[in-house]
Amino acid sequence: MLVYIARRVLLMIPTIFLISIISFVAIQLPPGDFMTSYVAGLRTMGENIEQEAIDNLRERYGLGQPVYVQYIKWISGIILRGDWGQSMEWQKPVKDLIGERILLTVVLSLVSLLVSWFIAIPIGVYSATHQYSILDYVMSIISFIGVGVPGFLLALIIMYFAQTRLNLNVGGLFSQEYINAPWSVERVIDMLKHLWIPVLILAVEGTAGGIRTTRANLLDELNKPYVELARAKGLSEWKLIWKYPVRIALNPFFSTVGWSLASLISGATLISVVLSLQTTGPMQLRALTSQDMYLAGSFLLILSVLTVIGTLISDILLAWVDPRIRLEK
Amino acid sequence: MKQDQLLIAIKNLKTYFFLDEGTVRALDGVDFDIWRGQTIGVVGESGCGKSVTARSILRIVPRPGRIVDGTITFYRRLHDNGAGQIEEIDLTKLDPTGPEMRNIRGAEIALVPQEPMASLSPVHTIGNQICEAIMLHQKVGKEEARVKAIEMLDRAGFPQPKQRIDSYPHQLSGGLRQRAVIAMGLSCHPSLLIADEPTTALDVTTEAQILRLMRSLQHDLGMAIMFITHNLGVVAQMCEDVVVMYMGRIVEEAPVDDIFHNPKHPYTQALLRSIPRLGQKTKERRQLESIRGTVPDPYTRPRGCAFHPRCTQRIRGVCDQTEPPWLEVEPGHKVRCVLYG
Amino acid sequence: MTDARPIPDQTPTPDQVESQALDDEILSGGENVYVAPPWKLMWWRFRKHKMAMVSAVILILFYFTAIFCEFVAPYDPDASFIQYKYAPPTKIHIRDAEGNFRAPFIYQTQRGIDPQTLQIGYVEDTTTRYTIRFFVPGFEYKLLGLIPTNIHLFGVPEAGEKQGVFLFGADRLGRDMFSRIAYGARLSLSLGLVGVFISLVLGVILGGISGYFGGWVDTLVQRTIEFIRTIPTIPLWMTLSAALPVDWPITRVYFGITVILSLVGWTFMARVVRGRFLAMREEDFVLAARLNGATEMRIILRHMVPSFLSYIIAALTLAIPGMILAETGLSFLGLGLRPPAISWGVLLQEAMNLRSLVLSPWVLTPGFAVVISVLAFNFVGDGLRDAADPYAR
Ligand SMILES: Nc1ncnc2c1ncn2[C@@H]1O[C@H](COP(=O)(O)OP(=O)(O)O)[C@@H](O)[C@H]1O
Ligand SMILES: [Mg+2]
Repeated sequence: MLVYIARRVLLMIPTIFLISIISFVAIQLPPGDFMTSYVAGLRTMGENIEQEAIDNLRERYGLGQPVYVQYIKWISGIILRGDWGQSMEWQKPVKDLIGERILLTVVLSLVSLLVSWFIAIPIGVYSATHQYSILDYVMSIISFIGVGVPGFLLALIIMYFAQTRLNLNVGGLFSQEYINAPWSVERVIDMLKHLWIPVLILAVEGTAGGIRTTRANLLDELNKPYVELARAKGLSEWKLIWKYPVRIALNPFFSTVGWSLASLISGATLISVVLSLQTTGPMQLRALTSQDMYLAGSFLLILSVLTVIGTLISDILLAWVDPRIRLEK
Repeated sequence: MKQDQLLIAIKNLKTYFFLDEGTVRALDGVDFDIWRGQTIGVVGESGCGKSVTARSILRIVPRPGRIVDGTITFYRRLHDNGAGQIEEIDLTKLDPTGPEMRNIRGAEIALVPQEPMASLSPVHTIGNQICEAIMLHQKVGKEEARVKAIEMLDRAGFPQPKQRIDSYPHQLSGGLRQRAVIAMGLSCHPSLLIADEPTTALDVTTEAQILRLMRSLQHDLGMAIMFITHNLGVVAQMCEDVVVMYMGRIVEEAPVDDIFHNPKHPYTQALLRSIPRLGQKTKERRQLESIRGTVPDPYTRPRGCAFHPRCTQRIRGVCDQTEPPWLEVEPGHKVRCVLYG
Repeated sequence: MTDARPIPDQTPTPDQVESQALDDEILSGGENVYVAPPWKLMWWRFRKHKMAMVSAVILILFYFTAIFCEFVAPYDPDASFIQYKYAPPTKIHIRDAEGNFRAPFIYQTQRGIDPQTLQIGYVEDTTTRYTIRFFVPGFEYKLLGLIPTNIHLFGVPEAGEKQGVFLFGADRLGRDMFSRIAYGARLSLSLGLVGVFISLVLGVILGGISGYFGGWVDTLVQRTIEFIRTIPTIPLWMTLSAALPVDWPITRVYFGITVILSLVGWTFMARVVRGRFLAMREEDFVLAARLNGATEMRIILRHMVPSFLSYIIAALTLAIPGMILAETGLSFLGLGLRPPAISWGVLLQEAMNLRSLVLSPWVLTPGFAVVISVLAFNFVGDGLRDAADPYAR
C-alpha cells in the first residue's frame, strides 16, 4: 500500500510539472511584454511608477531573458518563496487575492460532490434493481434532463424565479456585511445559508451523471456469477445487493473522483460567474478579460494541481476499497 | 430404492426466458429424480439447459426467465423431529426471495458454480464469504463460524486454512478458489450439492484433484450430488446414474454403465462417438466425429423430436412429426425415442 | 481443416443423402439469417428506441434550420423593431374577438399600461388582424449562399414594419429572438460537428497508434489523456480562448474555439477507438468467422468495420453535446464567439444582465434550444450505441 501511494505521488510530479508549463504558456500568450502593458496600465490609471521599481520587476520575472529562464524564475518564486507574481489590475501580490477564493471553490465543489453522491447512489441502486419499473423510467428521464441542462442555465432560471417570485437576490456567497469581514463562526454560518443554492445547482449535474453511472455499472454487476453464488447461499436480496454488487459498482466513483472534481470545478466556474460568488470563477474571468495574466495563470495552475491531488486521493481511496489494487505488489 | 430415500422429484419442469426476440424454452418438460446420497450426472452440449435446471431447483432463474410449469418436490428430512420425519415441499410454489426458499438454498441445496474465478466477490476475503454462509443458516457467532470455516476449508484440502482464510480470491490459484467454493457449498452440510461444471475452468491435474476431493467428501458427508458436465469422461469417473439432456428435455436416463456400454438414444450414441477412447488407433481416432450440425437456435424448436434434423437414424414422416414417447426399455433405463417404441 | 462439418467417408445411403440435403437447407437457412446486413440489423434495433427516433427527427429539424436559417427566420436577426423592445412572444390566435375560427393570425399590439397590473406591456388591438402566411417575401438573402431570393418560411407580410410576429419575443433592442436563435443554430450546431470531427481525427490517429503499437507508445498516449483530463476544462478553455486575438474575424475565432475544444475532446475519442480496437480482437464473432474459414479481409469488411464504425458514430454523437455546451458556456462568458457573431451562447449573454432577464425571461430561449439539442444528441447516441451492441447494456 505504501509503495503504491509512493508510486502515485511520484507520478504526480511530472503531471504537475506539465501543468505548470501550460499555465506559464498561458501567462505568455497575450502579445507583448507583460511589463509594458503593466506599466501602460498603471500610467492610464494616473499612477506613476519609478523606473527603479520597473527594473526590480523586470529582474524578478527575468523579462528579456530566454523563456526557460523566465519559467524557472517564475516557478522557483512559487516553490521557494510562495511568490505567485503580481496582479496588474489589483495592484497586489496574487497570493493575497486568491487564497480565500480557492478555498471557497474547493468547499463548494466538495460539498456538491458529496451531496450528489448521497442522492445518486440510492437512486441508481433502486433503478438498477427495479429495471424497467415506472420509477426507473422517471429517474432515467430526470437524470437525462439533469445531464442536458447546463448548470449556468439552471442558475439563470433559479435567479429569475428568485428575483421575480420571491424578490430575492440569490447571488453571492455572503450577506453584505460579511463580504469583507474576517472569518468567524457567524461568517461561516452566513456562508452556509448562501451556499446551498450553488451546491444544489452543481449537484444536479453530478447527481444525474451519478445515477446513470451507478445504474449502468450495477446492471453490469448484477448478472455476475458472484452475485448468483451469493444468492445461492440464501442471502436476502437487499443484503446481498448492498454487500456485493453495489460495493463493486461504486468503485468507478472512487476512481473518477479526480475527474468529477475537475468537472465540478469547471461547472462551478460558470455558475459562480452567473451567481457572482466569491470563488475563483468570476475573478479568473475578469483576470482573463483584462489580461491580468499572472493572476489568470495562477488560477489555472492551482485548480489543476488541486484536481491532481484529488486524483491522488481518489486513487488511494480506490486502493483502500479494492484489495485487488491494494495488494498489488 | 426405497421411497423414503427420494430427495428431489422433478416433474414436467418448464422454464422459459421471455426475451424481446421471442421465448426461449430453456427447459421444456424435464423429469427426473434425485435420491439421497446419489451422484447423478447431467450431460449434454452447452446450451441444452443444464445450468437452467440447476438454477430452477435453486429458484435463482434470472429475469426474464421464469418457471412456467411443473413441480420440483423437495423431500426435507426433519432432523430434530426424530429420524424418518419427512416434509414435502414444492419448491416451485415458494417465493424465490422469501424466507422459506432462502432457508433451503445454501443450507439444504448448495451450489458449486461453473466459474470459481468469477463466483467469488473480488473485494471480500474468502473467509468472509464462507462465514457469511455459515452464520446465515446456523445459529453461531462470528468466532464459531470462523472456526467452522477453517475446518471446512481444511476438509476441502485447502492448505494452511488458518493462515490463508483471510486471502482475497485474486491471491489464490484456480484450484484453491474452487476448493474455497466447495468448502462454502458444504459448510452447512446440504443434502444436495449441485456442481455445475465445477472443473471446466481448471487444468487437467487440478480437475482430477477436485474430482477426487468431491468423491471423498461425498463419502464422508453423504450428500447427493447433481453433477453437471459436458464431459463424459468425468461422468464415467464420478457418477452412478446419468441423465442426458437435449434442448431442454431429458432424452435418456440410465445407470452410468448402461450409458457407456448400451446407449439407446442416437444423441447419446453420437455424444459417445465424439469422445476419444484410450487404446484407439490413430487412424480410427481421426474418424472421431463431432455431432453433425449445431444445436438449432433456441427460439424455434424443431417439430417432433428436437434432435431429428441432426439424427442419422431418423425416420421421415415420424421423427419430424410426432413427439417421441418416454419409454423404459430396461429397468432403470429410459429413453425418449421412437426407435424403441 | 476449415470445414467444421465432418463428412462420413462411407458411401451414403439414400436416406442419408436426403437427410444431408435437408441439413444443408436448415444450416444454410440459419446462416442466411445470421449474415443479414449489419447496417440493416442496426437500423431495426435503432428504430425500436422511440426516444432516439423522436430525437433524430428533432435534430433533423434543427440542422435544417441551421442550414436554411435565412429562410426559416422571418426577420433579419440584426434588425431592431425599435418600438418592440422587450416585446413578449407574440400570441398566435385561431379565434378572433367575435369567436370565429380563422387561419392562425396575430393582432396589432400597442405598447401601453396594463390596466390590471399597472405595468408597461404590450396590449393587443383586436381590431387589426394580420394572418400568418407561409412562403412570404421578406429581406433578401442568398439561399445556401448561392441563390438570391427573398422568400421566407413564414411571416405577416401585411403588417410591414408596424408589427412583427415574434415567436420567442424580442430582446433589449427589439430584435426577433426566433430569428436570432435560427441564425445561432448555424454556428452552435455546426461547431459541435466540426469540433467532434477534429477530435475524431486526432482521436483515431492517436488512439489507433496507441492501440496498434501498445507498449510504451500506448502508455505515453494514455498518460497524456489522463493528464489532459485532470485539468479542469472550463478554466483551461477560458485561458486558451482568452488568448485568441480580439481583432480576429468571426470565422477565425470560430475555428480557434473549435480547435481549443478539440484539444480536450480528442481524449474521449481516442479512448473509445483504442478500447474498441483492443476489444474487437477478442470478440467471439471474429473468432467464429475465422473458424468458419472466412478470410481475414472478409472478417474485417463484414464484421469489424460495421461494428467499429457504429461504435465510433455512437461515441461521436455522444460527444457533440459536450462541444455545444462548451461553446455556449465560453461564449456566454464572453470568451468564445463575440457579437456580431450569433450563436446560442452569444445570445445567452443577454441573460447575464439581471434587468434583461427579469423584464424579458424569453432571453433564455436559446438556452432551451441548447438543452433540446443536447438531450436529442444524447438520446440518439444512446440509441445508436444500443443498436451497435445490444448486449453491452
Ligand atoms: N439469462 C438468460 N437469458 C436468456 N436466455 C437464457 C439465459 N440463461 C439461459 N438461457 C437460455 O437457456 C438455454 C440453456 O442454457 P444453459 O442452461 O445455460 O445451458 P448449459 O446446458 O450450457 O448450462 C440456452 O439456450 C440459453 O439461450
Ligand atoms: Mg451451463
